[in-house]
Amino acid sequence: MSDTTAAPDMLSWSCPAPLRDRPRVVMGHGGGGALSAELIEQVVLPGLGAAAPAALTDSAVVELDGARLAFSTDSFVVRPLFFPGGSIGDLAVNGTVNDLAMSGARAAFLSCGLILEEGVEIETVGRVAEALGAAARTAGVRVVTGDTKVVEAGHGDGVYISTSGIGLVPAGVDLRPERVVPGDVVLVSGAVGVHGVAILSKRENLAFEAEVESDCAPLGGLVEAMLAVTPDLHVLRDPTRGGLAASLNEIAVASGCGVVVRERAVPVPPAVAGACAMLGLDPMYVANEGKLVAFVPREHADAVLAAMRAHPLGAGAAVIGEAVAEHPGMVVARTGLGGTRVVDLPMGEQLPRIC
Amino acid sequence: MCLAVPGRVLGVEERNGTRMATVDFGGVVKEVCLEYLPDLQVGEYAIVHVGFALQRLDEESARRTLELFENLGMLQEEFGDPWEQAAQAGGEELSGEVRR
Amino acid sequence: MKYVEEFQDPELAARLLDDIRATVTRPWALMEVCGGQTHSIIRHGIDQLLPDEVELIHGPGCPVCVTPLEVIDKALAIASRPDVVFCSFGDMLRVPGTGRDLFQVRGEGGDVRVVYSPLDALRIAEENPDREVVFFGIGFETTAPPNAMTVHQARARGIRNFSLLVSHVRVPPAIEAIMQSPDCRVQAFLAAGHVCSVMGTEEYPALAERFRVPIVVTGFEPLDILEGVRRTVRQLERGEHTVDNAYPRAVRAGGNPAARAMLDDVFEVTDRAWRGIGVIPDSGWRLSARYRDYDAEHRFQVGDIATLEPAECRSGEVLQGLLKPHECEAFGTACTPRTPLGATMVSSEGACAAYYLYRRLELDVTGPRRQESSVV
Repeated sequence: MSDTTAAPDMLSWSCPAPLRDRPRVVMGHGGGGALSAELIEQVVLPGLGAAAPAALTDSAVVELDGARLAFSTDSFVVRPLFFPGGSIGDLAVNGTVNDLAMSGARAAFLSCGLILEEGVEIETVGRVAEALGAAARTAGVRVVTGDTKVVEAGHGDGVYISTSGIGLVPAGVDLRPERVVPGDVVLVSGAVGVHGVAILSKRENLAFEAEVESDCAPLGGLVEAMLAVTPDLHVLRDPTRGGLAASLNEIAVASGCGVVVRERAVPVPPAVAGACAMLGLDPMYVANEGKLVAFVPREHADAVLAAMRAHPLGAGAAVIGEAVAEHPGMVVARTGLGGTRVVDLPMGEQLPRIC
Repeated sequence: MCLAVPGRVLGVEERNGTRMATVDFGGVVKEVCLEYLPDLQVGEYAIVHVGFALQRLDEESARRTLELFENLGMLQEEFGDPWEQAAQAGGEELSGEVRR
Repeated sequence: MKYVEEFQDPELAARLLDDIRATVTRPWALMEVCGGQTHSIIRHGIDQLLPDEVELIHGPGCPVCVTPLEVIDKALAIASRPDVVFCSFGDMLRVPGTGRDLFQVRGEGGDVRVVYSPLDALRIAEENPDREVVFFGIGFETTAPPNAMTVHQARARGIRNFSLLVSHVRVPPAIEAIMQSPDCRVQAFLAAGHVCSVMGTEEYPALAERFRVPIVVTGFEPLDILEGVRRTVRQLERGEHTVDNAYPRAVRAGGNPAARAMLDDVFEVTDRAWRGIGVIPDSGWRLSARYRDYDAEHRFQVGDIATLEPAECRSGEVLQGLLKPHECEAFGTACTPRTPLGATMVSSEGACAAYYLYRRLELDVTGPRRQESSVV
């Protein structure tokens, strides 16, 4: 970390149990929720000082000599490495391809860093590489550079992958939460909670058989189809860690709008609903790897929805809510019974519960 | 305290001297311990809490409950409260248990 | 019949609500003593949909919330041992003990694992004969039979490297304690449906009679809860106070005899401290003498633990229905789900967490959330 200007100021916290009372990283810091946000804002960004980004987005749009590029990086830490419907290799490609797609860019080139744990089987590495290659070919992207390191046994889940990617952002496309205005329609490209349940179904202590395969898929083509209707979409987000709830909250806070979601309109496959009921999880907080949520100007909503449904990865697309002027920064759901509840930013990891 | 979910028994077997069942929770299948409901049959439903079947679900009873809800309001519109009428007919207030 | 969606039907819910509205003539205070019911009520917005006269007080029905601080601290001490694999339900991992929680113990190198069932912990013990596996046995009468069966199996199969850290609680003594509290406002109880699936309804008529309160056994889906409230309000309006089973598809008067027999064998009744409330006599279970060698507290000699509850935490009053979460000075400021002072803010069924997470809109508590994250 940079040691020039602002070192993390442990005393400037507003909350009374500041970071200094929790001196070690906990799993929740990787959950994509409030704890992750804290870590970034209070430790990482101050460390970066003047080199820090102006805004925190999944992919950054930068200009280089007149060309508008989307640039993104992501790291993949998943256990098990191979799960129903995919593997860490698929995630590594599609995760970054999708981050770029959320800026409107078609991913062109990827880099790929592998961190391998000493003792992992070579055959496993081979299978991961094959999966990576297949996913890259499906997404139409090339891996042009990479790196490989090995860490001592006990220091990794077998394989960790980090990918970065670049792609060109088409003219007239400006996808940022700040563009959201009250009245925007919220669309989701299909059923949620699928990837998270597929992974949970293979985790050792929670194993169950589910007819659920990860939805891991590259969304560049779907986004292109949507932009073909109008380049003037407002924001796209792929709801990975923290699920739909995390993405909607991030957009609500960054845009200063409120978001209303109709619970019954959110598509959830029966097997996902069953698994979530069994474990006490809320599908709105479960990870997805092949879905996007879009805030679209009201006048274009019908046409964009139709374009999504016409695309294989958007067949289950649905309108789930809207941006509103009320309760800025807050996501509120209308329950099936007509009541309301706030859908908060997830805390850390979603844990199965008994209550 | 009681996150117990309805599940349908797909199959029963003995494992380690313990009666276990494969239970379907609407598309998700999990192993469940049947020691507390040893006579639960394939096709039956039970509520399952932390991997144990704790009580069978009575379908007839469930249907009757739903019927009760469906008849709410309807009967009252047409005939008035059936419980009131019965009480009046019987000349006394009904107690809670009878109303079940 | 799938037993789930049918009991969430919005149209039938509307009819139940209409009936309640047509029946109620004055204010009534009902208490549910079940974290699962609290969760369902808040999550579906049932408390908002009920007429204003019907007040739902959220009682101490969340085993996570009421597990005493000393027991959490014992758990932390045991989990910190290098020879121990500490297994727990997910709910317990973020509950604050004195100064830290199980998540942090994991961060410091402790082998803490989330399991779905106590049988998973037993399997871990079988697969790791060189480690001591401890299962955190919390919960009400619903969870006690699974824990009992697990330790019974451990003995039957000669699995010695397994033990249980027990902190079970019982509902009827809690009802008694609440009704004996001088400031008690509760006029009726919704009894916990799945507790009664196990224990039956035999423990409740004496309480209904003694304290002259209706006790209606209630389920968990929205229609079940509304029906429980409906029958309760009816009794209150008529001046009745009996035990009524509004969840007959899953509750029989005798409960589950096999489960009750196992409970009698494996556990014995004991006094138990409820976090924030104090000791309620005979309100808990501990391992019986026959199973004492499987008791983690004995095996690991976690003796004197100095506990330190944050002074500002008023979860005890919240648990007894004496204080609404947003009436506590620390609510939303010093105490949030991310920085909980007490267990009622940690557990998703805890009344404080429920209010914070789901009701912030009406309560207009913006608190630190506005300052929290500008993350995009």
